[in-house]
Amino acid sequence: MEKKDHIISILVYNKPDVLARIAGTLGGKGYNIDSLCVNTTTQKDISKIVMTTCGSQATVTRIENQLQRLVDVISVEDLTNVESIHREMVLVRLNWTAQNTEAVKNAIDANKWKIVVSGDAFVIIEITGDKTQIDFALARLEPHGIADVTRTGLVALKLED
Amino acid sequence: MKLKGTQVLLEVLKEEQVEIIFGYPGGAVLDIYDELYKSDFKHILVRHEQGAVHAADGYARATGKVGVCLVTSGPGATNTVTGIATANMDSIPLVVFTGQVPTGLIGNDAFQECDITGITRPCTKHNFLVRNIEELATTIKEAFHIARSGRPGPVLVDLPKNVMAAQIDYDPAAVRIRNHEALYKPAPKKMANVLEMLTRAQKPLIMTGGGVILGRAAEELTRLARRYRVPVTGTLMGLGSFPGSDPLWLGMLGMHGTYYANMAVSTCDLLLAVGVRFDDRVTGTIDTFAPNAKIVHIDIDPSSINKNVTVDLPIIGDTKAALTDLLRFLEEHHYEPDDAARQNWLAEIDDWREKVPLTYCQNGEVIKPQFVIQTLHKLTGGDALITTEVGQNQMWTAQFFGFDRPNSFITSGGLGTMGFGLPAAIGVKSAFPDRQVVDIAGDGSIQMNIQELATAAQYNIAVKVVLLNNGYLGMVRQWQELFYEKRYSHTDMTYAPDFVKLAEAFGVAGLRATKPGEVADVLRQGLAMDKPVLMDFRVSREECVYPMVHPGESISQMALGTREMIN
Repeated sequence: MEKKDHIISILVYNKPDVLARIAGTLGGKGYNIDSLCVNTTTQKDISKIVMTTCGSQATVTRIENQLQRLVDVISVEDLTNVESIHREMVLVRLNWTAQNTEAVKNAIDANKWKIVVSGDAFVIIEITGDKTQIDFALARLEPHGIADVTRTGLVALKLED
Repeated sequence: MKLKGTQVLLEVLKEEQVEIIFGYPGGAVLDIYDELYKSDFKHILVRHEQGAVHAADGYARATGKVGVCLVTSGPGATNTVTGIATANMDSIPLVVFTGQVPTGLIGNDAFQECDITGITRPCTKHNFLVRNIEELATTIKEAFHIARSGRPGPVLVDLPKNVMAAQIDYDPAAVRIRNHEALYKPAPKKMANVLEMLTRAQKPLIMTGGGVILGRAAEELTRLARRYRVPVTGTLMGLGSFPGSDPLWLGMLGMHGTYYANMAVSTCDLLLAVGVRFDDRVTGTIDTFAPNAKIVHIDIDPSSINKNVTVDLPIIGDTKAALTDLLRFLEEHHYEPDDAARQNWLAEIDDWREKVPLTYCQNGEVIKPQFVIQTLHKLTGGDALITTEVGQNQMWTAQFFGFDRPNSFITSGGLGTMGFGLPAAIGVKSAFPDRQVVDIAGDGSIQMNIQELATAAQYNIAVKVVLLNNGYLGMVRQWQELFYEKRYSHTDMTYAPDFVKLAEAFGVAGLRATKPGEVADVLRQGLAMDKPVLMDFRVSREECVYPMVHPGESISQMALGTREMIN
């Protein structure tokens, strides 16, 4: 069966080891988590986990069923085919050089990226967007010498319930 | 009511109607044991923590109630892991209490500290570390609820020493827990589908599993099969959920199933699978499993559906509720099977049964293990509660002891844990002191938890061990014979204790039979004694379990031992 990326949104009780349970359940059954985002919701005892994993529809259904068995999991939803907004964020630190300054500044302006900190020696840029936009940004900056980078997992939100 | 943590624990156990605790004390649970000393709780002191879990497991399987054990931290806790994994694979409701070092020391590598919730996360249904006394009562209540609700399973509760020593104003009425019951919504449309499939089917077959026993649905399943004359086969865990003496019963299917059960599965055009999970030992190669059948799968756990075998109609829910609905629906819609078609199907099965019956050959002066089991069945009228170890002893028991009632065959199915049978039998006998409880064992397995003979002796728990002693790790040897050109690598167990003397050293009666003519007498004598007995049957050394589906084969391809392979 055809493998593709799936976005799975999980509501859980905010218990100390809930993430270990989810990661352990997937790892123990041989499924890979490609990206992960976790934080509390507006209810502080409930957290939302958004993870992406690659697999066939049958595999992803199995993952959903395995997660649903966990006592601390409230709900599991595959957002892949649901109308939803997807965002990732990346922070990139670049050291200024005589060669890259102008090109980087142009790229920031052209793409409406945000400068978080800018000093004499370096700049930290914040970029949000979907996976393609982030991939594009990193490819664009790469030739100018990225000193360090931190990329979040994907977050996703349904357009309607 | 101002109570200490230890008192809260015993209060909640009382509320949960716990009758018996299997346990082993240690530093981290001294306070709990001190409280037990002052109470009238029944506690069985085992000789190894693994034995405590298997005993609680045996108790749970025989009674349908939650089994309870109590052990200390560190090694006490880690010793429970095999027992917990055993219960987890077979969905047995247990609550395992482990002691833990005081919360202030957790993470410091304190003496006898280990992260038991971390270790048991993958082999429990759920587990808890109780961080403060405020959450103690709720957590214990929730543990029992989780263990017994939905698809049951073991729950571990880790109890730090300082939490148990702390005090709280305990109000039972104030304890609130989350509900974890699995939802079953009757689905008339699905019932209509089953009716339609049944009406169309020429060769229907029921496959019953552990979920029917756990769901207390044996009566409904039996009614369904008998009312509509549908033949029934079962998994290892399903034995007893349909009477083994009924003509519609085909015996177990799978690797060591009967030829006729496997042929029926391979030929049927409708398979009604209830409370099963299509384990690889049952299905053989997946793509040749029930190749002509539409499959209806009733199970409480959605993750079991389409996990191994793709089914045509899944019905998710409690087996009892689903079968009750189905029976009602079929009655209301006046379903009657096509008489001629059913007659032909049953005749076809009878032909297979006649062609390759389940059999063995007891001749000469060497005891055949199957003969011991059949004689035991005869002498107990089939009415004993039977536990087994794992390996040949387990398969022969499954084949030759026709179980008529649910909860009477207690065996480690999924995990296949050697050393399970003796402590499990102690648990069963603790629940049913007036019933005959027999552990059918092998000489390899029995040595894994032999220390529990001391437990049986101490409390005079009159379990009977029927030891099929062939001086080998028999099942592994069988595979070495068949697939490794008889290179018996480390399976010869001839160097063993004198089991009769060993039994006597433990304060247990020991008997021995070395000839077929002695089997009935030894069994009769051993069964009649009002104390634990070990009966050492010196059986044929290289007897194999047949029929057999070789690994990687379709279940329709069975090796029959001395006879030809039959396709």
